[in-house]
Order: sequence, then structure tokens, then C-alpha cells
Amino acid sequence: MINKKVNTVQEALQGIENGMTLMLGGFGLCGIPENSIAELVQKETKNLTCISNNAGVDDFGLGLLLQKKQIKKMISSYVGENAEFERQMLSGELEVDLIPQGTLAERCRAAQAGIPAFFTPAGYGTEVAEGKEVREFNGKMHIMEHAFKADFAIVKAWKGDTAGNLIFKGTARNFNPCMCGAAKITVAEVEELVEAGTLDPNQIHIPGIFVQRIFQGKKYEKRIEQRTVRVRNN
Amino acid sequence: MALDKIGIAKRIAKELKDRYFVNLGIGIPTLVANYIPKGIDVEFQSENGVLGMGPFPFEGEEDADIINAGKQTITTLPGASFFDSATSFGMIRGQHVDLTILGAMEVSEKGDIANWKIPGKMVKGMGGAMDLVASAENIIVAMMHVNKAGESKILKKCTLPLTGVGCVKKVVTELAVLEITPKGFKLLERAPGVTVEQIIASTEADLIIEGEIPEMTID
Repeated sequence: MINKKVNTVQEALQGIENGMTLMLGGFGLCGIPENSIAELVQKETKNLTCISNNAGVDDFGLGLLLQKKQIKKMISSYVGENAEFERQMLSGELEVDLIPQGTLAERCRAAQAGIPAFFTPAGYGTEVAEGKEVREFNGKMHIMEHAFKADFAIVKAWKGDTAGNLIFKGTARNFNPCMCGAAKITVAEVEELVEAGTLDPNQIHIPGIFVQRIFQGKKYEKRIEQRTVRVRNN
Repeated sequence: MALDKIGIAKRIAKELKDRYFVNLGIGIPTLVANYIPKGIDVEFQSENGVLGMGPFPFEGEEDADIINAGKQTITTLPGASFFDSATSFGMIRGQHVDLTILGAMEVSEKGDIANWKIPGKMVKGMGGAMDLVASAENIIVAMMHVNKAGESKILKKCTLPLTGVGCVKKVVTELAVLEITPKGFKLLERAPGVTVEQIIASTEADLIIEGEIPEMTID
């Protein structure tokens, strides 16, 4: 067994430097690597390019890095929940590349799987297609998209073991599995870290080969963005 | 009388067919799940990675790890599954999802849709909408007929940046049900008490009107 366990978030994020490109898992605030984001704020790493579906909210998630102006460029699909983001984007302080969500996921997966580029119909005929190769397959138009290149992928899982195997919970899975192994180094933070051999190999979502460093997060706030409930009929 | 949002959702619910997998967008489309016709089985997909989505949880039973694409807390039904984003969009691009219902800012008579950006004013991003409209075989738009300024959202040509081209099949508004045909918008139904003249007056695009236009039936 190749041991991937590191004891602290500081150790896990060693090597992240100014100007690097990071992939960060999560959908909204669901399944985000909370402990690693907090540490990036502490480290004051600057000029980051962040690939993440959303940009958090003003005071949580990637919003914390935006507030400190640590992000130079965001690559996302939807950023509607963050006022500071909108302000920095409209004022030109922040570079933003908005791309279709399925394309974002597939560009991660392609990087993970060693596929340099692929064709998708998403965005054909829109400004997303500008400057991209267009090709017709089976009577339908597609545009060429490239795999991402990133220095670190930082993901969050529910359970993991010391071999780096990961299991996700609910919709906190989202982009996290797609980003594992899609960067030079993948860091996984988990709610529960167990010894290798404890998890059932049949239930592993992401094999440890895609993960270089794993640690157990100190605490998880798991903030809910839209708390929607239904009334009990007694 | 023009329909309210619930009325639009109820009318769209009639488009659901037995054994359909359906993706619902944020806003009015989400309400459609509350009005599934009796006797049919459908499953709702949310692109953040769940199939077999159920109603909102009871108070106190919310789980931060179980949300829909609108970031709302949800529940799952028997037979549900969770998956990653690449698999989710595989379902969508691979046309395993039968029907997509989404909102829009503008729809054109060619079936083009704009719903993600107002240059210089609002840039929220396209989320999964571009993948959905480029891939789904059946796309229904749920929206108000005119915008807040009173201008028609049913146009000859979209003025806002496009989300997709030639993809919308049907539009349901508070006034009418419109089908997009190779010749443009065809008026299929009118809201209860709304006249054809009112619909024409609220529509910038030309309408194909053949014979008597029936009133929608909404339970």
C-alpha cells in the first residue's frame, strides 16, 4: 500500500505558489474543500487561476479568496450568488471565463483520462464557440474543447483511506471525482479518514491512484445556500 | 385571465409522459414537479448529480449534502441515484434525458434561446443550460410573455447573447402555448379568458394562427 496520508492541511497544500492554476471541487457550497480554502486564505497565495463550477458566496467558499483578492482568474459555469465576484468582474479586476457546465466537467474528466480535446454540441452558435474549431458529426454541429491543465486539484470527499481511495456522499460528489487526477497533484480532504483495508473495495468511487495527498478536515460547516423545506401535515 | 406561475407550471405538467426522464430548470420549471399527471411515472434529473429527485425535506431533515441545481435542499425517492458531474452531463448530451424544461429571457421564431447574460448588466453564467439546450430532443420554455419593461420576449430574432440555436420546441407563457415550427411560432392554445388579439398585441414575432384557438385546460 502506498500511503497518501498527510497530517495537516498545511502539509497537504505544500507547493502551492502564487500564479498557479487550481481546480476546486464543489457545486455551490455543496462538497467544497472547506479546510483547504481556509488554509489558502491563511497562506495568502496570490494571482491564482481557479477552476470551479461556482465562486462561492460573499463570505464562504471561494468568496473568501475573492474578498482577499487572491484570485486573478475564475473559470466557472455559474457565478450568480456572489456580489463581490460580480463587482470585481464588471470593474475588470477579475478575469472570468464562463463555460458550459457539462463542458467544464468534461474538460476535467478529459485531463484525468489523458484525452487532449473533444467535441461537444454545447455552445455551438453562441459566443462560447468563438475562435473554436467547429465540426459536423451525424448532421449536428460541435465545437472542440480542450482538457484543462492545472497544478493542483483540491477535492472534498466523505470518506477516504490512507491509500487515497475516496467515497462521496449525495450531491456533494458533483465535480470532485472528475477533478481527481486531473492536475499534477491531487489533494483530497475528507470528513473521515480510515486505515487502508477498512473500506469495501466494491464501494470506492475514486481509486487512490488519482490522489496524491489525503487528510481529514478539522471541521465542516457545510453551509446551506437555499434552505427549502415542506410543511408537515399532522 | 392570464395564468400565474403555478398555472404555467400546471399546463407544462401536461406535457409529461409516462417513463420520461425530465430535467427542470430553476424558477417556474421547478414547480412542474408538483403537478405530475396521475397514473404516469416520471423521474427528475438535476444536473448537479441526482436522478430520482423528491420533494423538499421536512423542516429539520435538511441535508447540506443533498441539493438540486438551484442549490435548494431536496430529498430523494426510492430508486434514486447520485453521480458525478461528468456522468450527469453524459446523461444529458447522450440524450438519455427525454425532456428539458427551462426559463428564458428571449426565444426566437427559429427556436433560438437567450437566458444567461445581459451585456454590461447581468452576467450570472450559463450553468448547465448550454449543454441542455444543445442536446435535449425536446425542450419546453416556461416564461412570462413580456419582460418587466412590458416588451415581448417572443421575438423574430433574439437580441441578447444566445444560449443555443434552433433548439426550443414549445413555449408556455401566462398567455399562450406556442409551438416552434419551420415557419415560425404557431399559436396552439390561449390562457383561459385571454383573446387571440391580446396575444398578438403582446408578441413581437409573427404568429401562425389556424382556425379557432382553443383555451388551455388546466386542472
